[in-house]
Amino acid sequence: MKHARTHLLVCAGTGCVSCGAFALKEALEKEIVGRGLQDEALVVATGCNGFCERGPIVMVHPEGIFYQRLTPEDVPFLVEEHFLKGRPVKKFMYVPPAEATPVPKMADIDFFKHQRLIALRNRGRIDPERIEEYIAYDGYEGLAKALAEMTPEAIITEIADSGLRGRGGAGFPTGRKWALCSQEKASPKYIICNGDEGDPGAFMDRSILEADPHAVIEGMVIGARAIGAGKGFLYIRDEYPLAVQRMGIALGQARELGLLGTDILGTGFDFDLEIVRGAGAFVSGEETALIASIEGQRAYPRQRPPYPAQHGLWGQPTVINNVETWANVPSIVRRGAAWFAGLGTETSKGTKVFSLVGKINNTGLVEVPMGISLREIIYGIGGGIPGGREFKAIQIGGPSGGCIPRDLLDLAVDYESLTGAGAMMGSGGMIVMDEDTCMVDIALYFLRFTQEESCGKCAPCRLGTRQMAGILARIAAGEGTDDDLRKLEELAVTVKQGALCGLGQTAPNPVLSTLQYFRDEYEAHIRDRRCPALVCKSLITYFIEPDKCVGCLLCLKACPVNAVSGERKQVHVIDQAACIKCGACFNVCPPKVRAVSKTTGEEGRS
Amino acid sequence: MTTKKLTVQELARIRERTKALTVLREGAGRAKVTVHMGTCGIAAGARGIMDALLQEIESRGVPDVIVTTSGCAGLCNREPMATVEIKDRPPVKYVQLTPEKMRRILAEHVLEGRVVAEYALAVGSETMY
Repeated sequence: MKHARTHLLVCAGTGCVSCGAFALKEALEKEIVGRGLQDEALVVATGCNGFCERGPIVMVHPEGIFYQRLTPEDVPFLVEEHFLKGRPVKKFMYVPPAEATPVPKMADIDFFKHQRLIALRNRGRIDPERIEEYIAYDGYEGLAKALAEMTPEAIITEIADSGLRGRGGAGFPTGRKWALCSQEKASPKYIICNGDEGDPGAFMDRSILEADPHAVIEGMVIGARAIGAGKGFLYIRDEYPLAVQRMGIALGQARELGLLGTDILGTGFDFDLEIVRGAGAFVSGEETALIASIEGQRAYPRQRPPYPAQHGLWGQPTVINNVETWANVPSIVRRGAAWFAGLGTETSKGTKVFSLVGKINNTGLVEVPMGISLREIIYGIGGGIPGGREFKAIQIGGPSGGCIPRDLLDLAVDYESLTGAGAMMGSGGMIVMDEDTCMVDIALYFLRFTQEESCGKCAPCRLGTRQMAGILARIAAGEGTDDDLRKLEELAVTVKQGALCGLGQTAPNPVLSTLQYFRDEYEAHIRDRRCPALVCKSLITYFIEPDKCVGCLLCLKACPVNAVSGERKQVHVIDQAACIKCGACFNVCPPKVRAVSKTTGEEGRS
Repeated sequence: MTTKKLTVQELARIRERTKALTVLREGAGRAKVTVHMGTCGIAAGARGIMDALLQEIESRGVPDVIVTTSGCAGLCNREPMATVEIKDRPPVKYVQLTPEKMRRILAEHVLEGRVVAEYALAVGSETMY
């Protein structure tokens, strides 16, 4: 390769790939060759850039220009204008909502400028399939330092002093976990990376594995050195084919350079890693279930203690940390504990990666310092709620988490504050909900999820989640009673206290938090047979207002069950008995007519 | 790629060798040279200027010089043109370039900081990205 004067970084995270990133990359390469620029312009596929909402994304360096929502058809113009003639193309740049001027540089876009990257430091700037690019950005420098200059005890002290806590959910101090395991006499010891990310709407770990696999490998080799392990496993769910593929390539390159295997970096330390593909059960993310799965058994959790640090894989002392936790380790060793501990709050240091999804303008992956407020994340980075709707709640921590209401928007995010508010850090899923979201429906959704994913080993979780989901379904159907709320709360507490593993112990959180903050919505469903957000199908009615209907036949044709009757230029009528509440008529009625209305409860007409 | 197993020192050498990549992606070179490549510039031979510049950067092994292009600067009769920007100094525009002139500008101005006054149009003007 000659000295390329410009680098075009095409985001090839799963989000952008699914909207055509590879076709775009091919078109770019073809056009660049066609223009004779192949020695000057280097096209690189990177991992997830984070701003998934705007994909496919291309970053152009050295200028730092951010192009978004590109298609192969845009490529000829872009190549001629920018890469040949040096005129950045405004029409492909990002224009913030409610503004008219494009923002050319990534560093100036609100979504990026409030973020602080540690675990995602290489996202969108290196080719994850080329180890040299990782090394160029100080890759494996932390490992070199750990192996050549530090004792295992010193590594553990560094991690402990940094204040790093597990990024997978519970937030156990990583340094303490490593110290416990290093004190065990038994040998061999093992290292595991938990990449069984299963929360709906969460994709932090997938993005790290896809964008920067070497960061995880480097972290694990450092961890192995600290506790004296010779072998490690990367448990990655099989629904993440790109992550598995890139990790496989990364492992091969690391072995080739002697960064894995025997005598790593000439220091006499031996360690190797292997990928285990998870079969995609939510419970496999629970550490003892995951260990059972690696052993070839059914992914059943078991009682703790003993903790894996003492009695883990094949009964041997094992350190298991989540993907994001491992990705933080190299930077901490390289830059020192004090640097990391300088970020964040009293109890929660460093940064956290969140996947920001739901009713939010800037869907994507963000990494922010601990202690940032929810308001900054949702409005500063996320760009607020689309369509001028009102923010209602944010669901944090997936099926184990809870819904946090508007009053708590200024809450500073850390492990303790989220748990105190009835949610939890979890692995970092954030689902934003607007006023059109029904909280009973959300609680039902998560309960159904945990009920389906419950492994069935312990009764509180197996039976409790089923009963709770049943009650919620009854309330959503408008058949609930006041006693149902009492039962729901009683069951929630029982499951929380009695379940064997983290999955069951946290499964009631979505119910408890919505009951705490949105009890009036439950009561509206039960007492008034109303769904205030107009979501629960059993409680809503679609109605054609006779004085507004122009008899255009649109809704009649759209109705999948022929529940609409009427003739051209005559008022249409919905047969309520036949209506399945799909909303097709509501959606198809022209905005200037708006004859179809959606109502609930007493307002409902039939 | 070498298949030899790395030592700590060799790891540092790879990092040094790949410095060009980080310099370019962070936009943090010691200098930036902009070759004007509007239609007028291309017609007057800007392509040859660009090739000479890139070859010279490669053969001298100075990867921290950033090269970009720009459109017409409005002085079409003085093309090919290039602008040299060194951190904290006013940009200098060079006119009626030849590959030979470009090589000399790289050697004297970009690498040693001495403006080649005889080829320069003016010192100080609008900056561009």
